[in-house]
Amino acid sequence: MQIARDILLHSYRSMRTIREFEERLHTEFATGEIPGFVHLYCGEEASAVGVCAHLGESDTIASTHRGHGHCIAKGVDVEGMMAEIYGRSTGVCRGKGGSMHIADLARGMLGANGIVGGGPPLICGAALSHKLLKTDGVAVAFYGDGASNEGTTLESLNLASVWKLPAVFVCEDNGYGEATGASYACAGTQKDRAAGFGMPYFECDGSDFFAVYETAGEAIAHARSGKGPVMLHVHLARWYGHFEGDAMSYRASDEVAQARKDHDCLSAFRTRTTGAGLLEGASLDDIDSAVRTRIEAAVQAAKAAPLPEQEDLMRDVYVSY
Amino acid sequence: MSKKSFRQAINEALRQEMRRDPRVILMGEDVAGGQGGSSGVTDAWGGVLGVTKGLYTEFGPERVLDTPITEASYIGAAAGAAATGLRPVAELMFVDFVGCCLDQIMNQAAKFRYMFGGKARTPLVIRAMYGAGFNAAAQHSQALYPIFTHIPGLKVVVPSSPYEAKGLLIEAIRDDDPVIFLENKVMYDDEEEVPDEAYTIPFGEANLTREGNDVTLVAFGRMVGFANEAADRLAKDGISCTVIDPRTTSPLDSATILDCVADTGRLVIVDESSPRCNMATDVAALVAEEAFDALKAPIRRVTPPHTPVPFATVLEKLYLPDVGRIEAAVRSVMGYKARQEA
Repeated sequence: MQIARDILLHSYRSMRTIREFEERLHTEFATGEIPGFVHLYCGEEASAVGVCAHLGESDTIASTHRGHGHCIAKGVDVEGMMAEIYGRSTGVCRGKGGSMHIADLARGMLGANGIVGGGPPLICGAALSHKLLKTDGVAVAFYGDGASNEGTTLESLNLASVWKLPAVFVCEDNGYGEATGASYACAGTQKDRAAGFGMPYFECDGSDFFAVYETAGEAIAHARSGKGPVMLHVHLARWYGHFEGDAMSYRASDEVAQARKDHDCLSAFRTRTTGAGLLEGASLDDIDSAVRTRIEAAVQAAKAAPLPEQEDLMRDVYVSY
Repeated sequence: MSKKSFRQAINEALRQEMRRDPRVILMGEDVAGGQGGSSGVTDAWGGVLGVTKGLYTEFGPERVLDTPITEASYIGAAAGAAATGLRPVAELMFVDFVGCCLDQIMNQAAKFRYMFGGKARTPLVIRAMYGAGFNAAAQHSQALYPIFTHIPGLKVVVPSSPYEAKGLLIEAIRDDDPVIFLENKVMYDDEEEVPDEAYTIPFGEANLTREGNDVTLVAFGRMVGFANEAADRLAKDGISCTVIDPRTTSPLDSATILDCVADTGRLVIVDESSPRCNMATDVAALVAEEAFDALKAPIRRVTPPHTPVPFATVLEKLYLPDVGRIEAAVRSVMGYKARQEA
């Protein structure tokens, strides 16, 4: 499959931005300056980017508690996200959502979600809007292997099939729901679950951008064509704990190191694109350095940004009341 | 203007709003009924008690969507559709079923706007039946409006008559916030004069159905009719009551309640919901805090006991507030004598 140069460069930039954003949050969280809970997406970048590469601004996604990657891949403002995570009034949600509720409806981002399995029903609704308003759009639910067992997810697979919605269910399987292994918590297989609801099943290695890009392209095209919903099962590895501060005593001591060594979507991307002569190492180096500068600036801007005002407490509970 | 039942008034409100705005859609379990049945008849039910009858025939399967019996997914879908351009009216059938889908209401729809820094609009209406009196027992009879009232981001409507139901439902559909619209199932055949044309009744503006000098009665939903009946009986003995129908529990017209209590000095609250943390306690707290000096007698609350709704007719009658209990409560506050200072 031939992928245009600008898509490759954009995709690398997005993945690098997510990686840099998350690694930096890991460091900054340890200083105690970031309030609340933070769940990092490191190691899973190719999934969000490979899927969102096929989406336009009018397509909709719903994300999870581990949502920073999906936001960045869907085009949510990175500086606004950082400010949000720092609880600043310049944040994309004016400091009232935080890491778990970053959303930007104007960019088709229906929200990260603090509730496991919260997104799939919403995506049925967004897909219904696309269908009835004849937008040609699709709606994509990202959810984890943990959420794959939630009743809301299973009900949504059924509803989307019954209503033949342009919905894509992306099961990001990183092997853990919090501290419990998917091998323990998920009965049967995702493939059989898709079959059980009569929807096509696709799967790919989430550390390989090209695999995700190609498979997601096929899956999304199916949903967009009006043939009904699909499931895309992406195999991933989580490089950090469930949340920041998680000592991960439930994982073998070398598991993460092995994942970083063998399943790094960024180094795999570089090896493949430079090896095949698709991109030059220098172009990727330039992106790396520009992203580092951008994230550094975003952190400094967030730290310097104003806090919400007292009146923000009461604002925006309702449109009118 | 013609006589219409509570059921017809709601049906007419839905029909008129669906004609006016193509983004208004209905979804729910058997809102049409008959999909996939062996007779081929669609619109077989029009809702389990026939409230949405005929809407499928007029608006078709794209706008009147029967759902599987999966409340979490379709209530969530209604929330997601509302946030992305449609104006769904989702029917939850019995409000008791909110146990299956509260997350999508409480943690999703209600909080989008605030969590997202004011960037979301969620013009969603969830209709559901509530109330005892049908021998429907503990899982199909609750009056759960306090649960929704407790949640910031939701508006909650409890109409007391066919006229009120039509105007308040049209207001709910045109509102840009999530609205919970609760219909007392015992009232569907109640009739009164209802205008044929569309009209709205604003939220947060109480209706005074009686005005008097002695006691203020605040009642919700079906209890408004009971309170009026009690007021009529008491009037024969020269006790004159104000009866307030707040119409919406969120927003609540606190100002009108406080004004009336300032005039009468006595307050009886009639609430069909379970007595702990219900609207009666909420209104009692409001008045105790804001109008303490006006009170000539303790506030009285007329509510069911703190039990599940029983099945047997004899027990269900004991459970529900009735006109006699309201009357007795009013007489007791009228008879109250403050203890003399020692």
